[in-house]
Amino acid sequence: MLNVTNAVVRYGSIEALHGISFDVEQGEIVTLLGANGAGKSTTLRMVSGLHAPSSGSITYEGRDITKVKAHEFVSMGISHVPEGRRVFPRMTVEENLEMGAFRRKGPLRDDMEEVYTQFPILKDRRKQPGANLSGGEQQMLAIGRALMSKPRLLLLDEPSMGLAPMIVETIFSIIGQIRDAGTTVFVVEQNATQALRLADRGYVMENGRIVFGGLAKDLLGDERVRAVYLGESVDT
Amino acid sequence: MTILSLANLKRLAMILIVTAVIAIMTGAAGSSSAPPTTGIHGSFFERVSWFGLFTAPRWLLFFTLGVIVWLLVSLYRPRAQTIRRGAESFFALPRAVTSRRWARVTLMLVALAIVIVLPKFVHESFWMYLIVEQIGVWILLALGLNVVVGFAGLLDLGFAAFYAIGAYTTAWLTGALPAPALFHHPIPTLWVIPIGILAAMVFGVLLGTPTLRLRGDYLAIVTLGFALIIDDFVETQSGVTGGGVGSSPVPHPALDLGFYHFKWGLSPTPYYYLCLVFIVVFIIVFTSLEHSRIGRAWVAIREDEVAAESVGINPLKYKVMAFAVGAASGGFGGVMSAGLVGIINPSLFTYQVSVNVLVLVIFGGMGSIWGVALGAIVIQTATSYLDNYQPWGYQINDLYMYIGALLIVMMIFRPAGLLPSRRRAREFAEAKRGDDVHTDEVLTGDQP
Repeated sequence: MLNVTNAVVRYGSIEALHGISFDVEQGEIVTLLGANGAGKSTTLRMVSGLHAPSSGSITYEGRDITKVKAHEFVSMGISHVPEGRRVFPRMTVEENLEMGAFRRKGPLRDDMEEVYTQFPILKDRRKQPGANLSGGEQQMLAIGRALMSKPRLLLLDEPSMGLAPMIVETIFSIIGQIRDAGTTVFVVEQNATQALRLADRGYVMENGRIVFGGLAKDLLGDERVRAVYLGESVDT
Repeated sequence: MTILSLANLKRLAMILIVTAVIAIMTGAAGSSSAPPTTGIHGSFFERVSWFGLFTAPRWLLFFTLGVIVWLLVSLYRPRAQTIRRGAESFFALPRAVTSRRWARVTLMLVALAIVIVLPKFVHESFWMYLIVEQIGVWILLALGLNVVVGFAGLLDLGFAAFYAIGAYTTAWLTGALPAPALFHHPIPTLWVIPIGILAAMVFGVLLGTPTLRLRGDYLAIVTLGFALIIDDFVETQSGVTGGGVGSSPVPHPALDLGFYHFKWGLSPTPYYYLCLVFIVVFIIVFTSLEHSRIGRAWVAIREDEVAAESVGINPLKYKVMAFAVGAASGGFGGVMSAGLVGIINPSLFTYQVSVNVLVLVIFGGMGSIWGVALGAIVIQTATSYLDNYQPWGYQINDLYMYIGALLIVMMIFRPAGLLPSRRRAREFAEAKRGDDVHTDEVLTGDQP
């Protein structure tokens, strides 16, 4: 569904990603792991069109999307939940959800109800401004907002960041349900154990490279995953 | 007795220091038009009249005022809570009233009726002229800047540029500029209106497309630069714009529908109605834009540009749109001004004008169309009154000192403006509480 080939990303003269390749198949949850500064967020920024790669290519459903701008992704069926949740702070929960459907027409009622069944707490809070929600609720709102565009591929940037373990569990179980409902998920995470329990496959990044990848259940017991997080370099 | 407690005496000292500063600033020392020798000495010892009853040196007046303020503060401090609550409910009144639809409609109709019959009660054409030039035109400018600053959240420090473009386009097309006319015959002033508006919008797009990729401070600096370039251009290119002297007289507008003729002449009243019609039109257009899909995109961009992009909004497109839409009413302000004033010159479009318009928008309430219109009426009426009557020894040169003080007081007590928009009021309330709302809940993981 999504194929990244030899992508290089530069910030000015600094090369942040040194030619990475990976793919996401329809119906999967794929997770990208790595320590701080490994290049996970840069990868997601690239995949979601916020920062174009200087070489290499990205294809989605067979189309080359390397040069496509971030705001055009939504109408192609890709929805991005940015790092740090980024709900609209002064819009109410309901308005936030409406914004999620900005690029499509038609009645939103049913879709909003669907999001509310997934996240009942949002329904209770639908008249409250986004800024008044707790961190976990904001993450739910950000995901709900992304779902309002009816994506086929959902990109999540560190959904567990700054949340208590119990909330993380809730969020992750909902991500599982989203996949079961037919949306492919690509999730960038620091929380390796949680992410690998959820995902089908995983890739591990270090210093702007994907050092290895494989089935999530294999990675879960892999010493090398632990090593990456402890800052040891990995021989592949 | 708590009134003589140490803390309260400290307060008295503070108040007296502040009043001394005010006495200096509002007196000869703070005025650029007083002879330099009078200085601080003049500020304190100049004799002023107390409502015509007797005269006394200024310091005595300010000292007395300071002590009175201190007494009031000491008396009411124990009841501060109650007073604050009273003030809050007083300021909540406009919102409470306007939250009902019928009340809103009634208010609007009453306001419309008042402005329609107003010329019947203003007999001096001098004042009528001021109402159009100093209030009407400035409402147009403020409404336009409000779209850019209030709706889309883009700080534009060079709004006078669009005003100038509207005015100079008018002068050019009516043959009042040295520049060769575009058409064989000069165009009647009235028909310049759509062209002037369009020209300003085109410039909005031309300026916006390259610069609106910038954010925040950078954008503000670029807009400032743009206004300075326009200002400099009209000042120095005398072969095109007439330079510092300005244009030759712009002909008065005339309407010729075949069966109906009307000529705007020296009387300001017809201009008043022309201006009024366009203000109403712009208010209607901007209000519907605010509540449209475009308006929601503007709010989203203002609140979080990355999030806006992630839901499929093209930030550049909508920001350029805000620039163009805002420029439309600014440009019409220019057309209006050119037709009314007749001779236009660079002194009408200085940096000061951009700042002034921004003051009106901030004072009235960013993002609130009615607030901005009301703000423009209040400030422009006050300044016209002060400039023409010069009460209490007021000096024209000191205007910005008072406006500055007004803005400071405003930011402390009512930061969202006179009639804030609901959403903006929310933003300011958060800023005032000073809390980054989520942090603590994030850390403790508030259970949903």
